Amino acid sequence: MVAKRIIPCLDVKDGRTVKGVNFVDLRDVGDAVELGQYYARGGADELVYLDISATREGRNTFTRLVERIADGINIPFTVGGGISSLDDAARLLDAGADKISINSAAIANPELINQIASRYGSQFVVVAIDAKCGDDGIWRATTHGGSRFTDLELFAWAREAEQRGAGEILFTSMNHDGTRKGYPCDTFARLAEELTIPIIASGGAGSVADIAQVLTEGRADAALAASIFHFGEITVGELKSELKQMNICVR
Amino acid sequence: MIAIVDYKMGNLRSVENALKRMGAEFVVTADAEQIRRADRVLLPGVGNAAEAMENLRSAGLVDVIRSLRRPVLGICVGMQVMCRCSEEGDVDCLGIFDARVKRFVPGLEVKVPHMGWNSIGNLESKLFKGIEGGEYVYFVHSYYPELCPDTIATTTHGKMFSAALKYENFYGTQFHPEKSGDVGERIIANFLKL
Repeated sequence: MVAKRIIPCLDVKDGRTVKGVNFVDLRDVGDAVELGQYYARGGADELVYLDISATREGRNTFTRLVERIADGINIPFTVGGGISSLDDAARLLDAGADKISINSAAIANPELINQIASRYGSQFVVVAIDAKCGDDGIWRATTHGGSRFTDLELFAWAREAEQRGAGEILFTSMNHDGTRKGYPCDTFARLAEELTIPIIASGGAGSVADIAQVLTEGRADAALAASIFHFGEITVGELKSELKQMNICVR
Repeated sequence: MIAIVDYKMGNLRSVENALKRMGAEFVVTADAEQIRRADRVLLPGVGNAAEAMENLRSAGLVDVIRSLRRPVLGICVGMQVMCRCSEEGDVDCLGIFDARVKRFVPGLEVKVPHMGWNSIGNLESKLFKGIEGGEYVYFVHSYYPELCPDTIATTTHGKMFSAALKYENFYGTQFHPEKSGDVGERIIANFLKL
């Protein structure tokens, strides 16, 4: 059986990873390659590197960094942040990324999903959706960190992304992100019902129980987390051994 | 010398990087003579099997690959094109392995693509020396080679399929050893030592 994946997410700004405490056995927590290798050794199944640079220089630095990550890491990794064209995708593929994640660019130009998927394959395209449940009880995709609603209904948009060639959906509930109160498992389960491609759950994990719940009741295929790992609350290895004890299939 | 066959089927960088990490020397080439002379040949591939066959044909490499007598390792689509035929584009392949390549049927616990880490079992080759059944390797694919007499490793995703195949000097893995952590590097090292 395919194992549920645990995916640490690393934010990168101007070529350096941000957030996070110094782990005892790590020389430089700001070095994206070293931090990635640390997580890989600890049992991470994949890594996500998110470029949060706001400048062109920062973006160029990120591409060079992706080359170093590809040289130094022997598990798959996804890169995201600021990808808005086929050229951006091509540049990151050439640098060695296994997958790219697109979010607002896909909302602005859904055809981009088709273009990237038909050129490089669906396995290369992760469509990230930041959605929020409004007062009317309807989940809609948002942009700008959840501050702006689009008119795209979550499930319809996810289905469209799949039909256009997305290989995975990375769904973050903006109602839950940062709350550490767990995931909207019903919503995840309904996504799993409606799609055939894998779903990565993001945003909201406060405990092992939350992650276990989204992987079982929520039927998510993978859980992505940042702060619980970066602040050393739990290691990937500890998380996975606890999940294993709950009879969840992990590597 | 190791030859990585460049037939325009996706990025070869991860395979190159894996060999670099292991300190192995290699060339990336589509040159028939260089491929024939190589001690080891790697045939990677990401994408569509029909397109992969077409690219091998137009590079003039179909008979070259078939005629190789030294160890050859096909990875993912590189392995699928070494099978008998594929449902992807309904194409006849090289016919080295006696398996057909079929599409996964999506189901309750069967996501398509089959993406992520899955365990391999029924290991029957020196390719897996030092590797226990039950170890996890990384897969990304929507088509799979069925079980056949050439099967040397199995994995289950909805149904059991060939995770690896072997016929004489030809080897193939449906999973990506170059992305499968230390286990994957061990498999590549084993291949280089065959």
